Amino acid sequence: MLSRIAESLYWIGRYVERAEDTARILDVHLHRMLADPWTDEEVACRSLLSVMGAATDRLDAVGVTGVVERLGLDTTDTGSVLGALAAARENARGSRETVSAEMWECLNTTWLGLADARDRIDRRGVHPFFQWVRERCCVLAGLADTTMSRDEGWLFLVLGRSIERVDMTARLLSTHTRAGGTIPSWLTLLRSCGAWETYLRTYRGSLSDRHAAEFLLLDRLFPRSVLAALITAETCLAELEPDPGRVGVGTEAQRVLGRARTELAYKSPEELLTSLPQVLAGLERTCSAVNEAVSARYFRQTAAVAWAEAVA
Amino acid sequence: MADLFEDYPVGAAGAAWDEMFGEPGTPRPDYETLHATLRPLSGADLRVRADVLARAFLDQGITFAFGGVERPFPLDIVPRIISAAQWRTVEAGVVQRVRALEAFLADVYGAGQVLADGIVPRRVVVTSQHFHREAAGVVPVNGVRIHVSGVDLIRDEEGAFRVLEDNVRIPSGVSYVMENRRAMAHVLPEVFAATRIQPVEEYPAMLLRALKAASPVDDPTVVVLTPGVHNSAYFEHALLAREMGVELVEGRDLVCVGNEVAMRTTAGEQRVDVIYRRVDDEFLDPVQFRADSALGCAGLLNAARAGRVTIANAVGNGVADDKLLYTYVPELIRYYLNEEPALPNVETYRLDDPDVREFVLARLDRLVLKPVDGSGGAGIVIGSQATAEQLANVGRRIELDPRGWIAQREVSLSTVPTLIGDRLAPRHVDLRPFAVNDGRRISVLPGGLTRVALPEGALVVNSSQGGGSKDTWVVSDGGPSPYAYPDAALEPVVAAATQPDPGPGAGAYAAQQQQQQQ
Repeated sequence: MLSRIAESLYWIGRYVERAEDTARILDVHLHRMLADPWTDEEVACRSLLSVMGAATDRLDAVGVTGVVERLGLDTTDTGSVLGALAAARENARGSRETVSAEMWECLNTTWLGLADARDRIDRRGVHPFFQWVRERCCVLAGLADTTMSRDEGWLFLVLGRSIERVDMTARLLSTHTRAGGTIPSWLTLLRSCGAWETYLRTYRGSLSDRHAAEFLLLDRLFPRSVLAALITAETCLAELEPDPGRVGVGTEAQRVLGRARTELAYKSPEELLTSLPQVLAGLERTCSAVNEAVSARYFRQTAAVAWAEAVA
Repeated sequence: MADLFEDYPVGAAGAAWDEMFGEPGTPRPDYETLHATLRPLSGADLRVRADVLARAFLDQGITFAFGGVERPFPLDIVPRIISAAQWRTVEAGVVQRVRALEAFLADVYGAGQVLADGIVPRRVVVTSQHFHREAAGVVPVNGVRIHVSGVDLIRDEEGAFRVLEDNVRIPSGVSYVMENRRAMAHVLPEVFAATRIQPVEEYPAMLLRALKAASPVDDPTVVVLTPGVHNSAYFEHALLAREMGVELVEGRDLVCVGNEVAMRTTAGEQRVDVIYRRVDDEFLDPVQFRADSALGCAGLLNAARAGRVTIANAVGNGVADDKLLYTYVPELIRYYLNEEPALPNVETYRLDDPDVREFVLARLDRLVLKPVDGSGGAGIVIGSQATAEQLANVGRRIELDPRGWIAQREVSLSTVPTLIGDRLAPRHVDLRPFAVNDGRRISVLPGGLTRVALPEGALVVNSSQGGGSKDTWVVSDGGPSPYAYPDAALEPVVAAATQPDPGPGAGAYAAQQQQQQQ
């Protein structure tokens, strides 16, 4: 498979997951801010922006509209819902011969639907819009699942999706560590991941910091937990190496991921709670490191040749 | 642009209490913010929002089966607001009533002191449809029989809250309280942001706590027992089970052997300790009640009597919400609690007294006639709105079965502006606050279900009579936030997270959209 195509698929996976997760996080957090008028809107919005890695150094006041603008509608930034979906479509456009027609059509329709996003939000509120985004992302995931053969392309797509999922869940959890750890905000977090009901069933209705952190970080069966996503990513990487060789693991990306996974999996829940901020920051770094390692190994193995002007 | 509130009729003499307006054009203090937010909207704007609201309910399957057809339970877009002070009265009144009824139930299924003292005539109790001798000797673990109650309140012409009836069997409607709030926050965020509303979302946690407290064992297995998907309140059963994280079982999923109740699972039989049942007494246990019932589980009641399982609410509670017994509740409050009732009843006539009956039969057209065991507004005759034929008919039935009926003064229920077409018009409402008793404390969910009678002038608000509902906001008067939201100010400032990894394809959007334009 061409490196360029592999890279596109990897990034389609990442962008679509990013769009979906950002939409989920925004939807639940904005709802929460509204339903709870005790919230200091400015503080809460700044905290949300900073967790999502959006710059807040501009001096003007930040409000709900600002957050929607910045994380939802900013077309110049792939960190926003709109930007990520547009970038995903752009990547699919460059790899149309490998992406199935149905997937391309799904991404393209979504992208066309973004044109009147702002208008729709004005008219019917943010909730229906974010719901639509979530649905489109799920349609894409479903089409990928049913129309892609499980070859390298599929592995790169899932790899991208899993790494983004680790990153996003870690960021989401950071909103909580900043809250000082209180139970109702776990409700917000679990809802953001669509994990609320699954969580309740798993722990039979008991709401505690420990259980919620355990669930979102360590649950092996819930697909959005950090550990589950790390394991999926690791499996993809292992399958991408046809010859594992005899010594340890073959690639830098596998080493980084494996270390992060064991670090997490072998921590006791108490330890995990006390060192949550460090763990989360570590996870974000892991994602960037894996991203670099994957790029170096598969997408940029040979340095691009740049033609220079003849020097006279 | 036509004002939404134009032509809104207010303040006719002897008319119903309007909760938003004391006099035309001037909202009461609690409603000022809401009024100010709604006024600039046009009727059409509001209609669009209302349609979004209806659509959301339909999509989520928030429905009420009416005549066998699943229909969305109409949620009106204008919320009903209750001030903190008013709410304290409601709360105190409901708690007091539940305490008195708990004491009464413990008494009639036990020593019967209240009957011996002649506070309530023995014949009233033993002739009640829902007095079950089978329930005698079932002693609840923590003394609670009314785990969940919904006392129906109305506001009379002076704006005072009165109790219309008690529901201590299986009151339904709490799911709409939670879902209404969720939907309203999505559709009318601007109103939310301006008001401090007490949250209702912790109800399932509250209920689960109470159910666990009623268990005969530590760390119990709780289940919700539903009659099945065809029940009109099935949506609620599923919601509660989901939000409590417990199994939703049907009668056929349960098995009772040797006074142990278990559910059939893929891993074999699993013991059940607490059953929050939404099945009527008569269908609960074919051994004790209707033998043809397929909705319950044979042997349940004996298991409860043996103290091996807790049934919530307890069997036989219906004697306490019999409408004839309702007339005795103020005396029960004085008898058991030595307190004066915080919430008055509606003036009611007991028809088993021949003189009273004669008095009532002579003025049927000015009274409301209710069958004592009816629920859901079935069988109620409102004298002023009934035809002569209906009145004659109900008069005959009363003479045949005086124990089966009560008569009440026709109270003009309070009104709240409601969106009809694209105009706001006054419609009558009631209020059902939900109280949960965990044995130590009776907690009333701040909010409750406001039902609204949608046809003009209609006084029966039941959902089974084509009523709708309103989101009910209990305003908080200060105090700390009941939520704990990320408050970054308390934390040392953490360095902002890094930006998400950038990848190829960035900035494509603007360029592409431009090309589209060409």
